[in-house]
Amino acid sequence: MPILAWGIDMEFLNSIFVAPFVDMFSAPDFLLQVLWEGFVSGILYGLLALGFVLIFKASGVFNFAQGIMVVFAALTLVGIHSFGIPAYVALALTIVVMGVLALTIERVVLRKLVNQPDIILFMATIGLTYFLIGFGELVFGGEPKKMIADELGIPNGSVSWDIFGGVVIFEYRDIAAAVIAAVLVFSLGFFFSKTRIGRALRAVADDHQAALSVGISLNQIWVIVWFAAGIVALATGIMWGAKSDVSFALQVIALKALPVLVLGGFTSIPGAIIGGLIIGFGEKIFEIYWGGLIGGGTESWFAFVIALVFLLFRPQGLFGEKIIDRI
Amino acid sequence: MFYRETGQFKTTYEADSAVFPILQDRIGIAAMLVFMFVVVPLFANDFVINAIMIPFLIFALAAIGLNILTGYTGQISLGTGAFMGVGAYACYKLTSIFPDVSIIVMVLTSGFFSALVGVIFGLPSLRIKGFYLVVTTLAAQFFLEWAFIRIPWLYNYNDSGAIEVPARSSFGVIITGASATPTARYMVVLCIVVAMTWIASNLIRGRIGRSWMMIRDMDIAAELMGVRPLYAKLSAFAVSSFYAGVAGAMMVFFWLGAAEVESFNSDNSFLILFMVILGGLGSIMGAYMGAAFIWILPILLRAAPEFFGIDVGADTMEHINFMIIGALIIFFLIVEPHGLAKLWQIAKEKLRTWPFPYA
Repeated sequence: MPILAWGIDMEFLNSIFVAPFVDMFSAPDFLLQVLWEGFVSGILYGLLALGFVLIFKASGVFNFAQGIMVVFAALTLVGIHSFGIPAYVALALTIVVMGVLALTIERVVLRKLVNQPDIILFMATIGLTYFLIGFGELVFGGEPKKMIADELGIPNGSVSWDIFGGVVIFEYRDIAAAVIAAVLVFSLGFFFSKTRIGRALRAVADDHQAALSVGISLNQIWVIVWFAAGIVALATGIMWGAKSDVSFALQVIALKALPVLVLGGFTSIPGAIIGGLIIGFGEKIFEIYWGGLIGGGTESWFAFVIALVFLLFRPQGLFGEKIIDRI
Repeated sequence: MFYRETGQFKTTYEADSAVFPILQDRIGIAAMLVFMFVVVPLFANDFVINAIMIPFLIFALAAIGLNILTGYTGQISLGTGAFMGVGAYACYKLTSIFPDVSIIVMVLTSGFFSALVGVIFGLPSLRIKGFYLVVTTLAAQFFLEWAFIRIPWLYNYNDSGAIEVPARSSFGVIITGASATPTARYMVVLCIVVAMTWIASNLIRGRIGRSWMMIRDMDIAAELMGVRPLYAKLSAFAVSSFYAGVAGAMMVFFWLGAAEVESFNSDNSFLILFMVILGGLGSIMGAYMGAAFIWILPILLRAAPEFFGIDVGADTMEHINFMIIGALIIFFLIVEPHGLAKLWQIAKEKLRTWPFPYA
């Protein structure tokens, strides 16, 4: 009976194309909550991707180690604090550690690999990832740690907002994450466009040789970007650690920064944040309203699928530079 | 002194284009095969065969597969682990549907399933290049991992969610399952790996391999010269995933005995990418060297403190292991970015003129 078959199909189509939207509009407060959650995770993805973008922009290195740098920075902060050192001093010391790390990476790894193909540098950062995992676990131990969010003055608690006949809850920490992300993006944007070093960075990104010929030191620039990426990693680590614990599991989540990068374009700072938000919103909404249809747990791959679909139409990402092939 | 091609004249075109044109190389490879086929099964103990030789061969095969894609065609992939999973689950389903067909046939057939999946996930490579392609292959990795959990049909609806290898015999010898001897499993793996290596080396030397390399070196130029990117890229994805699938099926059926999704996660993909890069991109020999290096080195490192009588905790050793491997990867990239195979080649060049390099 074809009519019966149609009936089944209609039900299926209904559950894909109609029911989720009915759900969304019948409970707008819940939708708003979902959007807020998506916004928050999007901000964190964006922060992660920001670290990648900084390094890629200035040196063309696809820094796979950014994820572990986040974990490493957060662990260092917690570790230093556990010696009884006040939180803000610990924060300053962690920044120093990230600086030393940047200097070491430049001296030991990058300087030796100048002029190598991209894939070699990419592999070197994977090697760096392994090294930092081993080193971090050796020094700080493998078990999850609590981020010292209260000591750093990040407010705890939440504010609820009565709207659409329901309640939407905003955690202070999530709001703080959004504010910090905004501050970071604006200050980095300012740094890149207005300061002397920022201009040098852009010059290096544009053309290594030309930058060298006008007297810009490549090595110095690399240390600076890796240091900047380290600070972004520290901020990401603090915010992420405040939401969950600090552990090496974060490093897997860091792979999520890849679709974000692809969406935003590898070289765009606002693109990283906007890409993060698209991924954050997209995967939360899909998981809540459609995920149940195919068994749930879609968050592990949906971000990649968004990026994949996007790439097919715009291979350079939203804000990336146009890819021009020459022979 | 001994490694010298002087006096070895080639009189036919076939002799000139042989894989091993030099007699000493042929002797070397024959000695290697004798060692693998005769000496190891006769003299190695079960631990060596089970924990070192079988996984080494299986990872080498997977590395050859990834090398075809990354080393010869220039498409970076981080989905190898998942493609191995496709092979393993396909083989499991096939052998539970057709229990009477030889398991070796099934292992090889399961490669076609992962080749199909590989082609599907390879489609974006026609538009997407370089690091962007990493994202699409990671999409394959995570999507397939998710599918292995959420589709209970794949593991016959059993409660553990794992696939358990049934006992299967071939030519009257039990070769899979708990009752199979390590030596029997080793011999099956070795035969398959050697045969597939031989096929791969000839594929690469032939027309199709040359078109892959043209795509790698410059795809637009290759296209202008008549190489169709669609066929070249997708065939590379198909062959590469076929190898990965067979390796995955062998990993479960001849090595692990049972497997869950974790056996095929992204760590596995990274591991195989390391093998390919450290061994040398675009080298079959390199795939073996990389697999040996990445797989055997940690085992030796774990045994080292005991050997020297130093007492280090297992956890600490594991962490130090990670550090050493990371540092070695960086070290090798700095010293020789073209991998161990290139070092081997340099050594051979030196050997040719040794001991009178200026004579």
